[in-house]
Amino acid sequence: MATSLRLVRRSRAQDEIELSLAVPSDLGLVGEAVELLARHCDTGVLSPRRLQFNLRIALAETLANAIAYGNRGDRSKPVDVCVTIAPDGLTIVVSDAGEGFDPATVPDPTTPENLERDEGRGLFVLRHLVDQIEFNDKGNRVCLVLRAG
Amino acid sequence: MSFSLTKDPRGIVVVGVEGQLIVGNRQELKAKVLDALEGGARKFVIDFNRTGYIDSSGLGVLVSLSKKIREQGGELRLAGLNEDLQTLFELTKLDTLFAISKTSAEALAAF
Repeated sequence: MATSLRLVRRSRAQDEIELSLAVPSDLGLVGEAVELLARHCDTGVLSPRRLQFNLRIALAETLANAIAYGNRGDRSKPVDVCVTIAPDGLTIVVSDAGEGFDPATVPDPTTPENLERDEGRGLFVLRHLVDQIEFNDKGNRVCLVLRAG
Repeated sequence: MSFSLTKDPRGIVVVGVEGQLIVGNRQELKAKVLDALEGGARKFVIDFNRTGYIDSSGLGVLVSLSKKIREQGGELRLAGLNEDLQTLFELTKLDTLFAISKTSAEALAAF
């Protein structure tokens, strides 16, 4: 598949690999970016099932949020993704150039009044698919951890 | 191709989702189903038998389509969810909103 995205892969000390990718703020590129990153994460640290499901959805959710709500679809502003692959798991850091948000203010999408809403499930889904999630104070950078296995 | 549309002899539309249903292709699914709805179809099965993953935007478009189909007096059933996708529907409580069958054949038989 032809790609407009350029991933940089570096080997680091102690069996670590670092992947860097700058994704233009275009929701149409999310699928391509997810596949590109997931392909390079297929090193045996995550089980095939978690690689296929948890990792791909986690990447799709964070990229879509950063593009749509962080950079508001401004293609001149990239979303930066950095993945560190270590023997004990993957650490994924996704940053945008936006104003950030307070994750505590996102409503629960599973309550009866929110259940039929078309949007608002991203963060909820993300929290259930990763082992650790942490935002910076501003709320424009998220760090996810998927432990090995 | 991400989505395939077929009609069974009774006019029930079966939509197959190949690969993923995410923010980048959800509008394509929405347009195809709404076209069929405008064309008179009222009963729909979306089959996820060949689907790797669905993100929250994909879930959102299913909720939206379900509402639009119901508004026209129709019905949407989902089928073919693997264990991970079934869990995704359960944790978001969307399993309470949709009629879910194990296979598209079972979904068709349920109409």
